[in-house]
Amino acid sequence: MSAVANIPPQFEIVDRPLDTQMTISMGPQHPSTHGVLRLELVLDGEMVVKATPDIGYLHTGMEKLFEYRKYQQGIVITDRMDYLNPLGNNLAYVMAVEKLLQIEIPERAQTIRVLMCELQRIASHLVWLGTHALDIGAMTVFFYCFREREKIMNLIEAASGGRLTPSYFRVGGLMMDLPAGFERRVQQFQNGLPHALDEFDKLVTGNRIFQKRTQGIGYISAEDAIDWGLSGPILRGSGVGLDIRRANPYTGYENYDFEIPVEHDCDVWARYLVRMREMRECHKIVQQALARLKPGPVKADAPKVVLPDREAMKTHMDALIHHFLLVAEGVDVPPGEVYQPIEASKGELGVYIKSTGGPKPARVHFRGPSFINLSALPDMSRGCMVADIVAIIGSLDIVLGEIDR
Amino acid sequence: MPELQQPEQTPAQVSEPRNHQTPSQIAAALQRDHPEWASEIVEALGETTIVVPREYIIEACSFLKTDPDLNFNFLADVCGFDRGPEEEPRFEVNYHLFSTTKHHRLRLKVLLNEEDTHVPTVTGVWRTANWHERETYDLFGVIFDGHPDLRRILLPDDWQGYALRKDFPLRGYEPYSLT
Repeated sequence: MSAVANIPPQFEIVDRPLDTQMTISMGPQHPSTHGVLRLELVLDGEMVVKATPDIGYLHTGMEKLFEYRKYQQGIVITDRMDYLNPLGNNLAYVMAVEKLLQIEIPERAQTIRVLMCELQRIASHLVWLGTHALDIGAMTVFFYCFREREKIMNLIEAASGGRLTPSYFRVGGLMMDLPAGFERRVQQFQNGLPHALDEFDKLVTGNRIFQKRTQGIGYISAEDAIDWGLSGPILRGSGVGLDIRRANPYTGYENYDFEIPVEHDCDVWARYLVRMREMRECHKIVQQALARLKPGPVKADAPKVVLPDREAMKTHMDALIHHFLLVAEGVDVPPGEVYQPIEASKGELGVYIKSTGGPKPARVHFRGPSFINLSALPDMSRGCMVADIVAIIGSLDIVLGEIDR
Repeated sequence: MPELQQPEQTPAQVSEPRNHQTPSQIAAALQRDHPEWASEIVEALGETTIVVPREYIIEACSFLKTDPDLNFNFLADVCGFDRGPEEEPRFEVNYHLFSTTKHHRLRLKVLLNEEDTHVPTVTGVWRTANWHERETYDLFGVIFDGHPDLRRILLPDDWQGYALRKDFPLRGYEPYSLT
């Protein structure tokens, strides 16, 4: 038969010794890789000899796009990077531009920024908790987490009009003031959150299967974590109490009373505990920010940077002229370069902006925390089982939109 | 907190206490002690930049990391910048340093000509430089000599050109197809 001779050579049956190493590709369409991450795993049986991340499947050239857009148009691009923490991205970007322009932000705008960022951090951690537990096999948690997250999404939508892409923070302040009755709705959410967190604790923390799957997995020591540039909950899970909100305070974080949760086990379990405790700290900060909300302006007094009020445009000619020039020509930013780090939900989010004058930046670079946290995966996963890889990726809390940019 | 990394030898001036230096004082002291490392110091917008000749970048980085008073043990970011094809030197590589114990920040800058875009790698100083340098190589074509794994990271391996250079068009030269 001629058909037998036509079998391609890779389908020939060959005898392989049992100790042969095997290379398999995990992803990019694997549900537990949280997007389009591909891992090249070299396996010895069930044991991982080497795990090499392969990224770039979601690369959309955002940093190039910034150079062709005005400063205020760049804000909407930042929403699409870390799409679980868009307000954090907005904040880092607008703070970098404000640093270049040297403008001061009114106190009410600062307080609202803190309030919204901490709500967003809770939302981001809730997605992490739901998907992390789902990857490990606890499906119920996912639904409870998304129930709570939905409340925050509704709050963000009420303030900004967008759920995932709020673009709420603008250069010089906020898009607009909070809607009437917003404080009451935040307070309503705040009253329910501790109970919900207790529920998650009951569902997951005491779960022995979850403990067995996470304790002692993905070990990285404090020295290695710093050397690998890890930041955020991963670094704090390795016993380093570093938080940019304390180390280089911004937006008035130095006036808030909160703790920095630190765990010393250096494993997936420690990172889980850090994030769980961090949500309670966010709850505390939101409560303090609510108490500090005083009436006042939410936009800086800088007519050449901040869009005028709608009412002023109808009655004042100079407001109309400023509006036209801002929209048509943009903000003239003086030359200079800044690096603005903030503590995003996943770690240090740094924005580098280089201006050579004019309405468009010469270079915008995002130091995404997920990008750097993922680079330590080969180190963390050496010698673990294939199933542990899923737990380690979950504990890194990566967002591919930010990694690939 | 992690143990501080001990320097191999104590620095020359141990008499004066240098515990609470601002970044500009650090830069001035660096220029005083090692004038060849800092060709220029720029202070602007509350940030300090030291322009380092590329042949000294590894020495300067290891000194800043291991000196117990400076302790820049955390490399926050490496990013490139293209000033444009007609500028000379054309490329900048920025290193953003941070200390997890002193909490101060510093920027080192290396300037490169278009014909010779080689920089020694700092992966030997901080392992995190690995992906940062791969990204800079991928998007700007800056070659980091001695890098253990200098491959493209965001763009496909067979991509032509360097996407973040100013002379690379926004939409590319031609539609890219994976097949």
